[in-house]
Amino acid sequence: MTPNYEDRDDRFQGYRGRVREVLEKFRIGVWSEVEIRNDEGSVFTGVVLPRNETADPLHVVVKLTNGYNVGLHADRIVVAKELGYRKAVYKIPEKDFPFDPKKKQVTLLGTGGTIASRLDYRTGAVIPAFTPGELYGAVPELADIANLTTKKLFGVFSENMGPEQYKALAIAIGKEIEKGVDGIVVGHGTDTMSHTGAILSFMVQNSPVPIVLVGSQRSSDRPSSDAALNLMNGVRTAAECDIAEVVLCMFGPTSDNYDLLHRGTRCRKMHSSYRSTFRTIGTTPLAMVSPKPYEDGRYFKYLTDDFLPRDKSRKPQITPVFEEKVTIQYYYPNFNPDIIDALSAAGYRGIVIAGTGLGHVNKPLYPALRRAIAKGMTIVMTVQTLWGYAQMYVYDTGRDLLDLGIIPLDNMLPEVAYMKLAWVLGQTDDPKRIRQMLTTPINHETTPREPHNGYLIMQGGLPEVEAFIGQHWK
Amino acid sequence: MMERFDYQAAGLISGLEVHQQLLTEHKLFCRCPAGMYTTTHDGEMLRHMRPTLSELGVYDGTALMEFKTKKEIIYLLNHKNVCTYEMDDTPPFLVNQQAIDIAIDLCLTMNMDIIDEVHIARKQYLDGSIPTGFQRTAIVGVNGWLPFKDRRITITHLSVEEDSCREVSDQGHRIVWRTDRLGMPLTETVTGPDLRTPEEVRDAIVLCGLVARNTGRVRTGMGASRQDINVSVRGGSRVEIKGVPRAGYAVKLVHNEAVRQSNLLKLRDEMRARGLREAGHIRVHTYDVSDIFGQVELGAVRRALQSGGRVVAIRTEGVAGLAQWPTQPHTRFLDELSGRVRVIACLDQPPIVLSEDSMPEFPHRHKVIERVRKRVRQGENDDFFIVFGPEEDCRTAAEEIRNRFADALEGVPKETRQALFGGYTTFERILPGPDRMYPDTDSPASRITPERVAAARARLRPAPWERIARYLSWRVPEETAHYLLRRGGAEIVDAVVERTGVDGLVAAIEIGQRAKALAREGVPVKNLDTNAWVGIFDLLTDGRITREAVPLVAGEMAKNPGLSAEQACLAAGVEAMPRSEWMAQAEEVGMNGYRGGLRHGRTLESPATIKGDTEEKRLRFLAGEAMKRLGARAPAREVVDYLREKVTREVNQ
Repeated sequence: MTPNYEDRDDRFQGYRGRVREVLEKFRIGVWSEVEIRNDEGSVFTGVVLPRNETADPLHVVVKLTNGYNVGLHADRIVVAKELGYRKAVYKIPEKDFPFDPKKKQVTLLGTGGTIASRLDYRTGAVIPAFTPGELYGAVPELADIANLTTKKLFGVFSENMGPEQYKALAIAIGKEIEKGVDGIVVGHGTDTMSHTGAILSFMVQNSPVPIVLVGSQRSSDRPSSDAALNLMNGVRTAAECDIAEVVLCMFGPTSDNYDLLHRGTRCRKMHSSYRSTFRTIGTTPLAMVSPKPYEDGRYFKYLTDDFLPRDKSRKPQITPVFEEKVTIQYYYPNFNPDIIDALSAAGYRGIVIAGTGLGHVNKPLYPALRRAIAKGMTIVMTVQTLWGYAQMYVYDTGRDLLDLGIIPLDNMLPEVAYMKLAWVLGQTDDPKRIRQMLTTPINHETTPREPHNGYLIMQGGLPEVEAFIGQHWK
Repeated sequence: MMERFDYQAAGLISGLEVHQQLLTEHKLFCRCPAGMYTTTHDGEMLRHMRPTLSELGVYDGTALMEFKTKKEIIYLLNHKNVCTYEMDDTPPFLVNQQAIDIAIDLCLTMNMDIIDEVHIARKQYLDGSIPTGFQRTAIVGVNGWLPFKDRRITITHLSVEEDSCREVSDQGHRIVWRTDRLGMPLTETVTGPDLRTPEEVRDAIVLCGLVARNTGRVRTGMGASRQDINVSVRGGSRVEIKGVPRAGYAVKLVHNEAVRQSNLLKLRDEMRARGLREAGHIRVHTYDVSDIFGQVELGAVRRALQSGGRVVAIRTEGVAGLAQWPTQPHTRFLDELSGRVRVIACLDQPPIVLSEDSMPEFPHRHKVIERVRKRVRQGENDDFFIVFGPEEDCRTAAEEIRNRFADALEGVPKETRQALFGGYTTFERILPGPDRMYPDTDSPASRITPERVAAARARLRPAPWERIARYLSWRVPEETAHYLLRRGGAEIVDAVVERTGVDGLVAAIEIGQRAKALAREGVPVKNLDTNAWVGIFDLLTDGRITREAVPLVAGEMAKNPGLSAEQACLAAGVEAMPRSEWMAQAEEVGMNGYRGGLRHGRTLESPATIKGDTEEKRLRFLAGEAMKRLGARAPAREVVDYLREKVTREVNQ
């Protein structure tokens, strides 16, 4: 039974002004199956789609029966007839995710982002697949890897993740661990995945099982997406990997080859769009994960044995706290001291400086920094070069800064330092304790040594590099 | 030799999808150079494609087919002509507006209605020809037409889209692509199913080519324009023949497809007569016969066994003899089976599929066949098929043989077929449906304003049929008229006529025929642009050179870029002589050396008395001598007229 025109609440979804008048005039709306004729006699048959709210109020979007979308100017529409109406219902038919008592139990927590999806070809919409049944439909290989339950915590773009989400996530992870799962996967947008990796490393310590962040650089609706492989490898890591830490599981090379497991405290998104964007900084990744077993029959190639091994008897330590009045300041020449004064006046308790070179800022800043520290601000130094250590005792500049009371954080990444500082300040305001907690590594957020293969940025164009690249799948 | 076939009785209809590369500086969605083809690479990448389910939980047929092949897809990269966009590691940049402008020009030439707001869509392809797994494409115009013979063909729509990779190799489960062509802007022009014979299809392709060339803004050369032809007969299905490189090939291709479809319909009737009516009636049973073929001297089978593969016999109930049913001319239904097995099961070693009737000669052939018949428990209505290779692929092959027979019950399956040499086609994929398209959310919509369309209309060149009609009215030969349109000379001819006032036929002959001859001799006449030709014809209409001198001046300018027409004229020494001067020279030409009708050795006595000596012959001799002296500096026709008058005068004296 086709609902009456007036009863369709969403019939103007996104349409306003001039074009909305035209829709009303012909009594058509969103999801109407229509035949439209324009002033040159061209006839368009298809479905009226919702309009993007930021688009102009002049065009009707129609998905034609041949699959293409077109925008028709409202003023050119001479006749429009509704042939039918079918409201889009974005529900994927449920299939039961098969349960195998021999397989491990993994929980997938959803924070937003679409790790798997289906397409409604009639309207062109991408429908997220999230429940185990939906995931099983989109990535049936998961059933061969583990038993899966899913829980949607929230649905935000990753740049909108914040303290509330971090705390909720840490608590949820604690609950899953209590239930006795073999591992936890967290679906996450890639923009701030490593930020979350860092904060979780502090909020959830001593985990008995792996906690694996996964996402996709290319949307999961496309045939070339990295989503399925990241998800499969992520679930396998949660189920079977020996590394009981917070790790990120994303493509190694841009080829569909293997994923890398990066420790949450040393990982950073290093390219705006490449599949291979996530890299471990200052040391090597923890392991490689492959969808097909290696020669020894295992799915993992461990690149180090320096990690916390799986141990079901271990009790996790969940500390979901976060001081919001913390900031990162990226130093640049001519950085004005009044910025520091303003932050201090606004009640900020902590500043992470991403300094130049070995951790430097210019002299004019010193008095402002001194004032801020005197008022109780904690100011820490990291390096904006990302690789290397803040070694502030080497030059006068650094020594002066140390004298002021700036706390050097060795080779902690600036974003990781932000998370740790917020987490520490959320627990105490005792300067001694603060300094002690910041400078005592919890999980490799600072490391005592940088091996020679911790920094390997090769330059393109050099003959030996091009020769190497030419021999391997990128 | 094509056998006779009544296309009308069969209800043959055909439509075209013409793909044309556009002459732009950059690719469609990135700033890589367009048209830079390379044969080397400095990077390689591995990808796989996964189909995306529709909300009904159903895979698009093509997608499912491609997924079954489980191919490893390798892309060869050259940093000169691809960037991270082609690698599908960077989202698209804003669409190339130069390409949209050219598409608008094409639409207007074909009397189309331009879309107000262009939305970019994704058309999924899982064969690996595009690394993203989809092609970005958008409709720019609809509802057009072209004059065709005594009627019109409809142009349903024109879209702008990205070109795909070029296939390097496809063996077993690995396919390799070269990415240089990927991302180049194309237009796709889709006609209605308005063509009725193979010859009409060929002519329509030629017409679409003229329309494109006429804009002067499309790429030319091998591969710049590709045709796909849709063919069906009454009761059959739409089959798409892909990759027809030249119009001439269309005739045999369309004919053979009409024959194939009508034979398949007869096959359907035969199967029904045998009681096979639904897919469930087609049953296959597989048997491992590797031991039976262990010693058989068939190279491909041996190699398969040696690499760890198996030989599998597939008994198919009720289909005895059907593998020999004719399909395309000189082809049997067995070829339809091998096509599916090759593409979907990835068993590509010829002969791919063997049947009892097609088993080649080898020692103990009879015995082997007996053993197989026994092993599979062959019934008298059954047939068996042999495939060989990796075990899992053999299982897929059995399934695909079953599927193809099941499809035969419906008549003609909807397929995309690849054009082969000689007018034959082979299976390429299940024909994709419109269901594999959805919006490209990475790209914003693009407004085409009425002002932009008006501006395009104002600068639009005359339509090709208008130009041809005009040239024919000037009595330009049809072949020359077509040549001018195809090679861009038409633009020059029109400009030259407009700007110098020269006679249209003269311009057309000089630019469309004489210049072509020069080019064949290796003179780079392509270097001459419109202004150069205008310069030459200005000299002509100003009386500064003769008609005969035109190719000489053109040749001089072509060989020495930068030379003006004036300078070239001087350099070639072809400045026209004033009438008084060439008349004086012509006057001096005598009969010295004239042999009349005399045989070699005899001398001339009195010209009037020698047999074979005629006024015409004398005139020709004199004219020859005169032109030797005058070269291109005097107008030949007028010289001859003058000499004719002189000869007559002398004779009368």
